Formats: sequence, C-alpha cells, structure tokens
Amino acid sequence: MSDSSTLVQTDAHAGHAHPPYQRHHFETMEQQVDATGFAMWLFLLTEIMFFGGMFTAYLIYRNWYYPAFVAASHQLSIFWGTLNTGVLITSSFTMAMGVYFAQMRNKGKLVLCLVLTFILGLAFLGIKTIEYKEKFEKHHVPGAHYSLQSFLNPDSDEAAKAANDKPLPLDMARHTEIYFSLYFAMTGMHALHMIIGICILGFMIVKANRGAYTGGHVSFVEYFGLYWHFVDIIWIFLFPLLYLISRHQ
Amino acid sequence: MSEHNQNNNGGHDEKSGFEHHDELEGHIVSPKIYLLIFSVLLVCTALTVAASYVEMGPFNPIVALAIAVLKATLVILFFMHVKYSPKLTKLAVGAGIFTFLVLIFMTLADYISRAWGRW
Repeated sequence: MSDSSTLVQTDAHAGHAHPPYQRHHFETMEQQVDATGFAMWLFLLTEIMFFGGMFTAYLIYRNWYYPAFVAASHQLSIFWGTLNTGVLITSSFTMAMGVYFAQMRNKGKLVLCLVLTFILGLAFLGIKTIEYKEKFEKHHVPGAHYSLQSFLNPDSDEAAKAANDKPLPLDMARHTEIYFSLYFAMTGMHALHMIIGICILGFMIVKANRGAYTGGHVSFVEYFGLYWHFVDIIWIFLFPLLYLISRHQ
Repeated sequence: MSEHNQNNNGGHDEKSGFEHHDELEGHIVSPKIYLLIFSVLLVCTALTVAASYVEMGPFNPIVALAIAVLKATLVILFFMHVKYSPKLTKLAVGAGIFTFLVLIFMTLADYISRAWGRW
C-alpha cells in the first residue's frame, strides 16, 4: 500500500487531465479500467465454459469406460507432467512479477519478466512435444494407426507393466481411443492457448522494450496476465484429471 | 487495502482522488505475496503428486480435485487480483463459476439418473 501512495504523490496528472491512453467514450480513467477489466473477465468466463464442455465429456466417459480410462492414463508420464506443472506455475509467477514491475514503471525488469515467461512457455511446449512424440511412436494417437497392443497385452508395454495392468477385453480396450481423443483435444487446446499467449508475449516484449506499459498505463500487461493465469488454471485441473487420479486402479 | 475500506463501497464517483489514482495504476500487490503464493502452489503440486501414490480408493480423485480447486482459488484471488478487484469483477467471476458448476452438475445428474446399468 505504501508503494502506491508514494506513486500517487509523485504523479502529476491528477484531476481532469486527459491521458492519451484514455478513450474518449470513457468519463474517467477509472471507468475505463473497470469496464475493460470486466470485459476481460467475461472473455475468460466464455473460455472456462469452452473448456468446461471438454472436462464434462471427460468425466462422463471416464465413468462409462472406467477400466479403459484407467489403463490409458497409465501411459502418461507423471515425471513429465509434474515437471510441466512446475514450469507453468513458475511462468505464472514471472508473469505476475511482470505486472508488478510494469506498475512500478521498471522497464528493465518488466522486459526480463516477460522474457522469462516467454522462455518458460516454450519450455512447457517442448516438454509437451516429448510427450506427444512418445504417443505417436506407440501409436496411441487416435485414428487409422491406433494400436491396442498396450491394453490387450500389457506385458509388452513398459508403462502398462509397471502399473500392473491386466489385459482388457477387446471391446473395452477399444475405448482407450476415446481417452486419447480427449487427451489430445484437451491438452491440444491448452497448448494452442499457450502458443497464442507466447505470440502475444513476443509482441509485448518488443513493445515493452520501447517503453510501452511502464508509463502508468498497465492494462495490457495486466489483462494478458489474466489470460496467462487462466491457461495455468486449466492445466492445474488437466494435470490431476489426466495423469494422477487413476494410478491405483 | 484496509485503509480504503472506510470509503463507501458503492458509488465509484464518490471515491477520493487518492483511491481513484490507485485504481488507475491497478492495485499493486507486493512481490512478497506473489512469492508466498508461488511457493504454496509448488508445495500443493508436490502434495497432489504424493497423494496420487497413496491408495485411497474413491478418495484419490476427490483429494486431487480438492487440491486443484485450492490452487486455482489462490491463482484467481492473488495472481489474477480478484481479491483486490472492484465488486463488479468479483460478482462476474462468482456468477461465472456458479453457472459453470450448475452446468456440470446438471449434466452429470442427467447422465447418472438415466439408463441405469446400461453404461
């Protein structure tokens, strides 16, 4: 609190002065910030509904084809999943610090935080690529080349063997393809959001380097931060649902 | 934040110039809070992974989801500044999450209550 009050006292344009970033249809800067913040949240809520549909599909199919979903989830690596969760949470932290340094009008540290967030975002996608590559190699990608071998004959598969999987009957084993369809739909959509976020981050790094965002108008960084944290929250739910909850069955 | 709460909470017009400007820059959350939340999130991640190795029967998903909800709440309140946001934002977030839960529970209730034993 003390930080912001010192800023208040040193800042000159009080009263009715019209900062260049205030749009004409807003009475005051406060009104603009309230309205745009509200709009950003409305957008994020539509995103939550969008992902919510996939989460609901996952919950229902998991109940229907429980043994298939348990066996299929044993194919995911807890190590890579945990590492990626750590990477993403760290990137959320660096993003939050970016907003802080934009508010403190510290250009150098804002750029540093944005670059770190950018790198961590790429690291997340890199780890995701390692995981996807393994799925392609084992023919666990839904489609014409999908293979049931890990589920019909678990002893032939390292991950299935480690989890003590029993062979599934053919009609249940076929439903593992639904698990992987949902896996690729959900993590793929999440990754797409990451890619879009990383592109916007690149744009922001260039702009921040030229001194944007550190002149008292932090809305863009703030709202991008909201988007980035939202993507983090989706992963916070994807990670336990896809990787963790079926380890013992 | 507490020193501002004595201002009336309703009309934005009546806020003092002091708070007005505070709103302009956004509420500034101290890095200490960010660091604290960050460490709690990492600890929760370790906890949820550890919990997945413990045999708890039907409680494994419940514990995992409870930890996920706790993590998401911390992110929303502190990283996304909802704790320090105007009431309009708080209402929008609360109403959105409520609607989301209604949709999920009604869909699940529908699936659970029909076609008994045929799935």
